[in-house]
Amino acid sequence: MSTLSERILGAPAGSFVDRAVNRAFVHDGTGVLTLEAWRRMERERLACPERLSMLFDHITPANNSTTAALQAELRTFAAEQGLHFSDIGGGICHQLMSEGIVCPGEVVVGADSHSCTLGAFGAFATGVGATDMAAIWASGSTWFRVPETIAIHLEGQLRGAAEAKDIALDYVRRLGMDGGTYQALEFLGEGAGSLSMENRLTITNMAVETGAKTGLFYADAVTAYYLGEYGIRTLPQAVGEGRYARELTLDLDDLVPIIAAPHRVDKGAPVTEFEGVEIDQVFVGTCTNGRYEDLARFAGIVAGKKVAVRTIVVPASRSVLLKAAETGVLSTLIEAGCTVGPPGCGPCLGAHMGVLGEGEVGLSTANRNFRNRMGVGAEYYLCSPSTAAASALRGAIASPEGLA
Amino acid sequence: MTLQGNAVCLGADIDTDVIIAGRYLRTKDRRIWADHVFEDLDPALAARMKGAVIIAGPNFGCGSSREQAPVALKEAGVVGVIAPSFARIFFRNAINVGLPLMECAEVRCRDAAPVSFSPEGGWVEVGGVRHTATPLSARMLDILRHGGLVEYWRRQQ
Ligand code: SF4
Repeated sequence: MSTLSERILGAPAGSFVDRAVNRAFVHDGTGVLTLEAWRRMERERLACPERLSMLFDHITPANNSTTAALQAELRTFAAEQGLHFSDIGGGICHQLMSEGIVCPGEVVVGADSHSCTLGAFGAFATGVGATDMAAIWASGSTWFRVPETIAIHLEGQLRGAAEAKDIALDYVRRLGMDGGTYQALEFLGEGAGSLSMENRLTITNMAVETGAKTGLFYADAVTAYYLGEYGIRTLPQAVGEGRYARELTLDLDDLVPIIAAPHRVDKGAPVTEFEGVEIDQVFVGTCTNGRYEDLARFAGIVAGKKVAVRTIVVPASRSVLLKAAETGVLSTLIEAGCTVGPPGCGPCLGAHMGVLGEGEVGLSTANRNFRNRMGVGAEYYLCSPSTAAASALRGAIASPEGLA
Repeated sequence: MTLQGNAVCLGADIDTDVIIAGRYLRTKDRRIWADHVFEDLDPALAARMKGAVIIAGPNFGCGSSREQAPVALKEAGVVGVIAPSFARIFFRNAINVGLPLMECAEVRCRDAAPVSFSPEGGWVEVGGVRHTATPLSARMLDILRHGGLVEYWRRQQ
């Protein structure tokens, strides 16, 4: 049998293959360079506009007139060429792709490193740069080196306050920031089957933090149910015994909430080791943890109380925001003193709407805590929405154990 | 092709935010990226990039998919990058924008020492000592010879 990546790409690990892509997308950041490279390629029409998307999420709404002008140019291009377009406020590209677009078995390429998120559907999904994307615009296909695979067996079930983000921070901590370079991660075992689609997306989202090309879950009944809500019918993918380059087992029964300390994503340790570290700001959102389940879990903990530090919540998409409005999660957040931003990346990439100042300490549900990423001279810790909630109430890092 | 320059030594896990910070991305002016390259690591580095061969630790270029990272290095005058391993998106991007790079497990960096390397021959020489490196594939070399994927692709049509 083969690994899931080998099956989808149709060749054994190590081979180079050219493949048509089922879905390719850019955002307002990478779209600019893609368009420039595309223009230099001197083509008139996109090869397959029906398979291409452009989704504005990185600096939305525009923060100044330079950004606004760049976005205007992309907007015009999208209208001319007729590709799928989502303007400001629609949401984060990876989230929108997960709302009834990407299906199991597909080859998906995004001009963004976290495109590996979509592997949660049993798709081969990976990130490329702008020039690679321009060649895809021109030809509809690209080349891949079929990756070797690291199997991550998830045993047992999440308990207590531990959640999907803690699984992600745990495997990144174990593999290290280059432990998965050039490879794919496959999540297997009964623990994998027990996770919701939202949880799976959180977990595959961070595959790239180990250097991996993608992270995959096998499509199963959970996948079928989730996509069924969007009117898409899918079949389960048979789990086979692939040849794995390495195998790792995570025991979910024993997992506790984890925090990644500045400035490395793989510097994870139990939250209890950081208990009491004072923070200036909490940020809940991003393509890792900006989904409805995340907001609801956060709201469940802060409900009826007041946050002790400034807290920014940014829903991952318009439908996440809408659902939060409909269920009352949104008013809970507002009443607790949170600032709610428009759907998109928010301050995640350090461009606007909540960047930190010199010497400030931030706690965030994002996937990266690189030096200066979310504000020059600041420090960031990464955690789950529950840990973020417990800490927001206290104004310092606090364990969600007993609250969640 | 044999390429030459002077060594600039860097550590492991140099991420793309360090190569060019997110705050400089909202422009199409390549000079701006070149001027601010490695700013958060050491503001003095940008001035040393002309004719430099960067010799770094493992996992060079990890993090975001921003193509501005290899473009900034190339624009600043970097001749090539040598490291035991690269983040894969950075690796693809570098080839696509015409920045030579090679994987070499054993090389030891000596700051400012003369370096030469051959992407097709599969070797790197630092201060006169030769090390084996992984040669680039025929397609990658072809793309590099065209100065990047755009030109390569135009010729393919
Ligand atoms: S939320 Fe953050 S990590 Fe995700 S796509 Fe946006 S900037 Fe990138």
